Amino acid sequence: MSAPSDAMVEIRSVHKKFGSLEVLRGIDLAVRPGEVTVVIGPSGSGKSTLLRTINHLEKVDRGWISVDGTLVGYRRDGDKLYELREREVLRQRTKIGFVFQNFHLFPHLTVLENIIEAPVSALGRPRKAAVAAAEKLLERVGLLDKAAAYPAQLSGGQQQRVAIARALALEPRLLLFDEPTSALDPELVGEVLDVIKDLARGGTTMIVVTHEIGFAREVADTVVFMDEGRVVEQGPPADVLDHPVQERTRAFLSKVL
Amino acid sequence: MSLTSDPPVDPSAGPPTDPSAGPSAPPPADRCAAKGAGAGSETLTIVPARHPWRWAAIAATAVLLAQFLNGLITNPGWEWDVFARFFTAPTILKAVWVTLQLTVYGTVLGFALGIVLAFMRLSESRFLRAVAHGYIWAFRSIPLIVQLLFWFNLAYLYEELTFGIPFGPGFFAFDTMNLVGATSAAVLGLALHQAAYAAEIVRGGVLAVDRGQSEAAAALGIPRLRQLRRIVLPQAMRSILPNAANEIISLFKGTSIVSVMAIGELFYQVQVVYGRNGRVVPLLMVATVWYILLTTVLSVLQHYVERHYAKGAVR
Repeated sequence: MSAPSDAMVEIRSVHKKFGSLEVLRGIDLAVRPGEVTVVIGPSGSGKSTLLRTINHLEKVDRGWISVDGTLVGYRRDGDKLYELREREVLRQRTKIGFVFQNFHLFPHLTVLENIIEAPVSALGRPRKAAVAAAEKLLERVGLLDKAAAYPAQLSGGQQQRVAIARALALEPRLLLFDEPTSALDPELVGEVLDVIKDLARGGTTMIVVTHEIGFAREVADTVVFMDEGRVVEQGPPADVLDHPVQERTRAFLSKVL
Repeated sequence: MSLTSDPPVDPSAGPPTDPSAGPSAPPPADRCAAKGAGAGSETLTIVPARHPWRWAAIAATAVLLAQFLNGLITNPGWEWDVFARFFTAPTILKAVWVTLQLTVYGTVLGFALGIVLAFMRLSESRFLRAVAHGYIWAFRSIPLIVQLLFWFNLAYLYEELTFGIPFGPGFFAFDTMNLVGATSAAVLGLALHQAAYAAEIVRGGVLAVDRGQSEAAAALGIPRLRQLRRIVLPQAMRSILPNAANEIISLFKGTSIVSVMAIGELFYQVQVVYGRNGRVVPLLMVATVWYILLTTVLSVLQHYVERHYAKGAVR
């Protein structure tokens, strides 16, 4: 494999179809360790699908993705890629945190149980250690007092902060955010973005799909603009957001800014 | 007082004046008081609407109910003394026990097979889906009583049951007549029938859980079996339970069908007793009261089990 050693995430020529609809038409992307990559683009441009292929929630039709030097979802032998068994894919996912647009907290478990579930059942951590780590994470997202609450008793912003703590509990090498603030009331967006910014300053590698252009400008090392299943333009926020070269980028930005 | 001479109504002080009331409509006293008091409008009294016909319906129903209860007590045909003598008679208690056993075995085996069938129907394999679908189709189509009689006569079709390599040599052989006695034939019939319904209930429950739940569990790397046991099934239980309780209760009462196979369950035993002494009505009441009593116990159990699985749900 020709993965350059300094890339945390490498995406090569990824294609994906849903039925006859081509959602991804050959994506190439590299993310260096510690970098924040923000993916923007109109809805239907394939950015969420791309994010979901990175932890193999979505299988690719062509191309490959590697995280931390390891192929995701496949094993290479010669010039063939063999699909991994589910158990192996699940093990790979413990190194990749994923935060959903609609949080997807487990409603029948308390906040604390939500966070320790994966460390205990997927990594085999002792319950006590998992609880201690979970409490530290809850403190970090400012929700330690909600440890015993059920998700339905929290606001949307609080639920998303718990979901972020749940993803962090596996100590992932990479964090993926799929429109983390799109399901929130406007006044709750800030508290979630603050947590993500805090993580960015802490040097976590992450890829964030979002519509928050201001957030991209402030936090991103690289902004990627996608349209119709292709990467149209990428670079530092100052270039892509303020001096876009491509006409499609300009048209999109003029609508959202 | 006329409308035109009214002082302008403060919108926050009370309901707007209804112009259709006409100038001659006498103003309600309390509204006048409220206007006089100005800001004291929070003290307006609410008078609920009257429902004279509801009272008439209540009276009629009460009379009918009283007549019915009176009949229960005074009509000698009920023969309550015979009822009391047989209600806790050893032969009846033994029959109640058989009924309970049939229900428990039918439920446990039926739901065990039902869960397997449900996951076959949810499987990605077309073959497994088709087989499960076929099973459910067949067993829902055959009346329980017909099926029970088939199992009862299994020995007619297969005289011997052999365990061994499929289509190859056998290791053990059993005489079907001895292996599938009347009671096991009944349990088998009830369970296989129940499985078809249980499968659909479980499948419905699993489908009712948001896709995002198993997706989130998968994204966290939680092992497959644990995803089911810890994340999906507890949430599915919320919609499975009311339907499952219905099924268990109807299976409990459905065991009376087994009486056609001369198994000493409650209904069969009651028939035997009134066949002997001719006291049909009080003995039917013995069976009825037992069925009601045990169904009530099941309903109470259902309430507590449902409360357990409602954790985290805010209503």
